[in-house]
Amino acid sequence: MIETQGLKFAYPGSSEVLRGIDLTINDGEFVAIMGENGAGKTTLVKTFNGLLQPTAGRVTVDGVDTRESSVARLSRDVGLVFQNPDHQLFSETVREELAFSLRNFGYGEDTIGRRVTTILETLDLSRYAESSPFILSGGERKRVALAAVLVWNPKHIILDEPTIGQDYQQKDRLRNFIIQLNAQGKTVVIITHDVEFVAECRPRIILLSKGLVIGDRPADDLLSDGPLLERGSLTRPQIGELMNQLRDFGLPDRAIDVYSAEQAILEALGRKR
Amino acid sequence: MTFTYTGAPRPSIEDVSIDISRGEFVVVTGPSGCGKTTVCRCLNGLIPNFYSGDFSGELFVDDMNVKEHTTAEMAAHVGLVFQNPDNQLFSLSVERDVAFGPENMGLQRDETRKRVDWALDVTGMTALKDKPPYELSGGQQQRAAIAAVLAMQPKVIVLDEPTSFLDPKSALEILEVISNLNKRIGITIILVEHRLDIVSKHANRVIVMDDGKIVLDGAPRNVYGEQARLIGIGLPRVTTLFNLLRKDGLQFPRTPTTVDEAAQELRRMLSR
Repeated sequence: MIETQGLKFAYPGSSEVLRGIDLTINDGEFVAIMGENGAGKTTLVKTFNGLLQPTAGRVTVDGVDTRESSVARLSRDVGLVFQNPDHQLFSETVREELAFSLRNFGYGEDTIGRRVTTILETLDLSRYAESSPFILSGGERKRVALAAVLVWNPKHIILDEPTIGQDYQQKDRLRNFIIQLNAQGKTVVIITHDVEFVAECRPRIILLSKGLVIGDRPADDLLSDGPLLERGSLTRPQIGELMNQLRDFGLPDRAIDVYSAEQAILEALGRKR
Repeated sequence: MTFTYTGAPRPSIEDVSIDISRGEFVVVTGPSGCGKTTVCRCLNGLIPNFYSGDFSGELFVDDMNVKEHTTAEMAAHVGLVFQNPDNQLFSLSVERDVAFGPENMGLQRDETRKRVDWALDVTGMTALKDKPPYELSGGQQQRAAIAAVLAMQPKVIVLDEPTSFLDPKSALEILEVISNLNKRIGITIILVEHRLDIVSKHANRVIVMDDGKIVLDGAPRNVYGEQARLIGIGLPRVTTLFNLLRKDGLQFPRTPTTVDEAAQELRRMLSR
């Protein structure tokens, strides 16, 4: 469980980026943190593994105050995948990149080899095992950065903008993968601007604006609240927008993905007959 | 055009031929690694002038053979806007960033002034011209990056996923700016994008690449079919919805590609 109480944070010499955040993220939850550029999303998750320490209030991970632990210790439980993979990758080959942290954690070479091979397969990266991460495309490098964190099996996984540069099929795979991680009891927190991805995954959405939580609700509920979307610089997903334009015909604007819209339209046509 | 990056086992693009007319708004899409960013790099001469590798073929922009001109010369004809505006802005004020291009083209002071004011105006950045880029929001930074490209008055602007770092509201605003450059000023737009939901209403043409080759090329309506789906292109959600409704036995004359078309069609069906 990740918990924040009265969490405030300011970079030295600047105004507060986080202005008092109280949140509880339970084990096995799937949460999307959304909000305008500069709302404080990345700053918030950097407090979860101790990279940043609160200037006021506190953050606890599984009951331990992050001030009383270390980034090295916290990282074993809280795996943070950065938005820009180039801030994270440095090895000669993809396989080496994945093995690096496991060696640091003291695993034997047999276990390392097995884990690396499995994760390469899971993320469709096997064919690049011996390539340099730097000849890969942006989307592929992002998957390597994700693999490099997942390989040590952290309990809570935080992904900063995982869908940027990913094509449709990779997003689909990512979605299935998140479901699988949740099923294993892992907490998954994503930071994202991608309303379509969120509409299809239906996480709990925490909406930040200017360092405060302005909304904390299930996806279909939050993504159909026009005034709140406006305040949070979000837009309705495409299907939600379509349904909203047809409210006069009795279509529900909470139908935000193609399948629920299909059902709603068939019902509306059925009622007419 | 065929291009193989140095050290890569095979070509990133293979035998690509495109003919784009002045004033078009073309979306280039395709699965990750399909070669679309490589094509963009060819369009202003970054390939073969800057990226090393094996290039064959010819590319002409307004009858200029790109191979015979430097990247700096091409910048006055083809502007390039990247995913992350951070990589493109470096001055202490937006205005300085926007003036950089024209000044380096050796233009007269008056002409530079005129172009900078115009570019700031068109992108809605005039009020923010004295701000340092790092104080701006992501959306404002991307506008500044577009203004900087625009001040060189290129005939073509190539944008590689220009909205993917932006919040949804800023992303829509940037797409409106781009659409205006196309509709009002007649600038040819070549936009690389996965998210066809948000760009389809602006495009007159969609090019789908797969495995280094162009596999589909035409109006959105004609491209968004079964073949595109099988390649793994994320069709606009409204198009997918209507494909489902067709399977459910509903009948309608054409499959929508935008929210407005879909709303119109549903209104017709529901008020019959």
